[in-house]
Amino acid sequence: MEPRLLQNKRDFSVKGFLLQWEWMLVVLFLAMTVMNINLSEYYWNFDNLRDATMSFLDKAFIVLPMVFIIIVGDIDISVGSIVALSSVIMADLYNHGVPMPIAMLICLAVGTLCGYINGLLVVKFKELSAVIVTLSTMIIYRGIAYILLKDQAAGKFPDWFNFLGWEYVGGIPFILIAFVVFAILFWYLLHKTTFGRKVYAMGSNLTASRFSGIQTDRIKIIVFTLTGLMSAVCALFLTSRMGSTRPNIANGYELDVIAMVVLGGISTSGGKGRMIGAILAIFLIGYLRYGLGLVNVSAQTLLIIIGLLLIVAVSIPKLKLGKKR
Amino acid sequence: MKKFMALGMTAVLSMSLLAGCGGNNNNEASGSDAKPSSSAASGSTGAKQKFAIIFKNTGNPYGEKEMEGFKKAIEESGDEAILKAPDQPTAEAQIQMIEELISQKVDSIAVVGNDPDALQPALKKAMNAGIKVLSLDSAVNADSRMVHINQADPERIGRTLIQGVSEMIGGEGEIAILSATSQATNQNTWIEWMKKELEDSKYANVKLVKVAYGDDLRDKSVSETEALLKSYPNLKGIIAPTTVGIAAAGKVLTDKGLKGKVMLTGLGLPSEMAEYIESGVSPWMYLWNPIDVGYLAGYAAEALVDGTITGAIGEKFTAGTLGEKEIIADGDGTQVMLGDPFKFDSSNIAEWKSVY
Amino acid sequence: MSMNNKGGSPAPTATNAAATAGASGAPGPAGRPTATPAPAAAPKASLSANIAKFRELGLLAFIVILAIGVQLRNPSFLTWENLNDIATNTAILSILAVGMMLVIITRGIDLSIGATLALAGMSAALTVKEYPGLSPLVAVLLGVGIGIVCGAVLGFLVAKINILPIIATLGMMNVFRGLTYELSGGKWVSAHQMPDSFKAIATGKVLGLNNLIVIAVVIYIVAYYFVNHTRTGRQIYAVGSNPDSAEVSGIKSGRILWLVYTIMGGLAGLAGVLWVAKFASAQGDTASGYELSVIAACVLGGVSIAGGSGKISGIILGSVLLGILNNALPMINVSPFWQNFIQGMIILIAVLINAVVKRGIDRNNLMRRRI
Repeated sequence: MEPRLLQNKRDFSVKGFLLQWEWMLVVLFLAMTVMNINLSEYYWNFDNLRDATMSFLDKAFIVLPMVFIIIVGDIDISVGSIVALSSVIMADLYNHGVPMPIAMLICLAVGTLCGYINGLLVVKFKELSAVIVTLSTMIIYRGIAYILLKDQAAGKFPDWFNFLGWEYVGGIPFILIAFVVFAILFWYLLHKTTFGRKVYAMGSNLTASRFSGIQTDRIKIIVFTLTGLMSAVCALFLTSRMGSTRPNIANGYELDVIAMVVLGGISTSGGKGRMIGAILAIFLIGYLRYGLGLVNVSAQTLLIIIGLLLIVAVSIPKLKLGKKR
Repeated sequence: MKKFMALGMTAVLSMSLLAGCGGNNNNEASGSDAKPSSSAASGSTGAKQKFAIIFKNTGNPYGEKEMEGFKKAIEESGDEAILKAPDQPTAEAQIQMIEELISQKVDSIAVVGNDPDALQPALKKAMNAGIKVLSLDSAVNADSRMVHINQADPERIGRTLIQGVSEMIGGEGEIAILSATSQATNQNTWIEWMKKELEDSKYANVKLVKVAYGDDLRDKSVSETEALLKSYPNLKGIIAPTTVGIAAAGKVLTDKGLKGKVMLTGLGLPSEMAEYIESGVSPWMYLWNPIDVGYLAGYAAEALVDGTITGAIGEKFTAGTLGEKEIIADGDGTQVMLGDPFKFDSSNIAEWKSVY
Repeated sequence: MSMNNKGGSPAPTATNAAATAGASGAPGPAGRPTATPAPAAAPKASLSANIAKFRELGLLAFIVILAIGVQLRNPSFLTWENLNDIATNTAILSILAVGMMLVIITRGIDLSIGATLALAGMSAALTVKEYPGLSPLVAVLLGVGIGIVCGAVLGFLVAKINILPIIATLGMMNVFRGLTYELSGGKWVSAHQMPDSFKAIATGKVLGLNNLIVIAVVIYIVAYYFVNHTRTGRQIYAVGSNPDSAEVSGIKSGRILWLVYTIMGGLAGLAGVLWVAKFASAQGDTASGYELSVIAACVLGGVSIAGGSGKISGIILGSVLLGILNNALPMINVSPFWQNFIQGMIILIAVLINAVVKRGIDRNNLMRRRI
């Protein structure tokens, strides 16, 4: 998965490049906003813009830790299944008489455990890539969810559980507030702590990092565990949004999450990218989908537009870059 | 050169954005001419009212026909129809679409649910916003809708399919069911009724050996059918209450030369099944007319919006060419029944295969 | 594209062995492949050949044990008819695995193949529906042609604009899938709309073997020759194992990348036509998510995501394992709700066993070298 050609072009200022990338996202975001305002009279409306965040922010919780995983140079495609498994276990326990708050804690614990297992397998079996490890756990985790619930749905949660996905605090959706808090935490972790610096170091050169005394295995496990935990957080919000759960929820979330991370400028070859880019990408894709949804663009057209956006967005900086050299 | 490419890329980007607008016109136009001034629509008095339908997923001919029928009904009333379907058949995507429709202040949402329960919070939000909500085909639970449009009585479907397969195999032998996904609500209800019908003593010699799930995927349905044939060499009949499943089973039976040895029936689109009904691999099968399901839903939505009905038992409304329909009980909720499933066999398949 | 065999060598695993050595902690030889890659490894050719045989041993043993286990539960598993069915159902997967292996060897990945497959299949189906008299060969060529165009576009994005393969293919996956829906207008092409000659592509037989199997075998033979005995084939490994030194030694890596994605596209296009003919139906969502199965087949077969290594024999085993799983799980009569779990566990255990066996061999190898 490491692209070779990028490395050949290391000689330009990395910082300048990243700056460009995030600026480009801002420009794209503005262009998208202008376009949406022109497309639909319902877009530029505080209530609508506010409520739109409620339907695309659930995945965004997974984007935050996925940034770390991709900077380290790995990938985790089991996140959608972790969401399903932790959600199903929570609902199943609740329906068997476990109090909801405890069930929610167990949901978080299950997600964390799933992530930890991923990390452990990736670290213990270095000859296997994270792709195949998380591909198998992706099938296994969802498999357990199917074993638990079979063809049933579980739900009938207490009314207050609705709060997570549907209610407001001071006029702002709770999910948005939660996301902002987590985003700040993860931003801080990546850019302001030694942990974050070690993650970048590992992404740029794993072997050198190990020799310079970074406990690379430990950090990898932590990063995967965090991803599991945040998948469970996503599970809490998503389950609240849906009011019930089934083994097949959050199907295909992994690709959406990865798309947001890479559109945010985080390189799958590791070592590059910033949190702010991923956050911009979340809102760019989220509002683009919402705006086009407001004018009822068909699903196939939406697919094409999102696909082209991804390609064009990552192409533009490369072309400018080529010109500079 | 690079500069030109950058320009080209930017052009592509803007074009893709423009394509968005173009797509908009196309899809919006599905309602009426275009959208000259939908600004007046929110008032909902005098201006065209907006009726939305959300199907399970895009690119599904059954859904296209259902939406076509819905649009026809809405246009007969002179209103605007909005047709939506996500690219994947998930409840998550449908919730997002419901939010989009609430923002657009539509007058009514008709939904073919990907999950009976998971749309409840979103649909309740819509109803609180004054939007009339109904489900059709694949129901959402009674709390999240005002009325459901039922294509056919699930009990009748389940029982008819068992009666059919029993007749085909001469009232004796092993049968199996090839369903869609294990989560598919419609299919699960029908299978329940099939099992109840099998309890009747006249089926003492008919044995249901397995319910297999082909997940509505061609390759998996084929593997499951092949496994059924090998695991149960005495298998006499297969019931597949789903279009992909029944067509995949038809293909396997054809290729393996099992025509006449293993009987196939179920629910399927005539266009998909024409080949196998004409060849006799499946003597007959059933379905309702998806256009009529959508058409009836369209009139029900109109009646809900203009206040003719509220979704209570006993209310009546006129559904265009389908005549007068009455709301009846359905568990905790209410429903409108389209009618009995239609039987397709070699005598009538030719005229239907080009319709849907 | 030079297909001449001048630099070729009879030791097919030369670069592979170099990559192996690299993985086991001696990064030296990996950088060595040049325009004539083989001679470098010539002295230890016999040794590396032996190791190479062992490399998939764990996987092979696992498949045998699995097959015996299934056979004990359902005696109709190891019958000629069922083996034939497995081979027929696995043919399309294995054809795609060849292309995916080449892509992964160059450190890339292609997530768009399911969508390319659907687009090519739908185009071919719509064409034969419109012109039923058309020779099926034309339909196949049309599908392959569309696949090649899709692949060339990807190759352009990856090789010329330097977009990461995962992003380029993720983006184009959406585009191709969207185009398939647009093209079909939400409709399917059904069995009765396809002429018999077209459906016969997938039902016809050569020497008692289904056409699909024959096509897959031919592709494997060609691919084996291509990657092991042609200069271009060896260059693919060189580009994957060390792009910088490949560039220095005069390999036009951009062209190699372009070629690899184009081959992948062509194979996906071919697979699309075969798929549509086999199931006698073309849908917009055909083979949605199939790319993951193909990637799984490759990685199970020992193709390293880090690039530079991967063998034809490996992906055969990988495809066969997945094919057996798809066939056997419904046959051993487990609850359908356990199928996912069992499938995932088997894949995980297979890769873990393979990893452990490889470790043992590497350690052995290292010790021998020290001696």
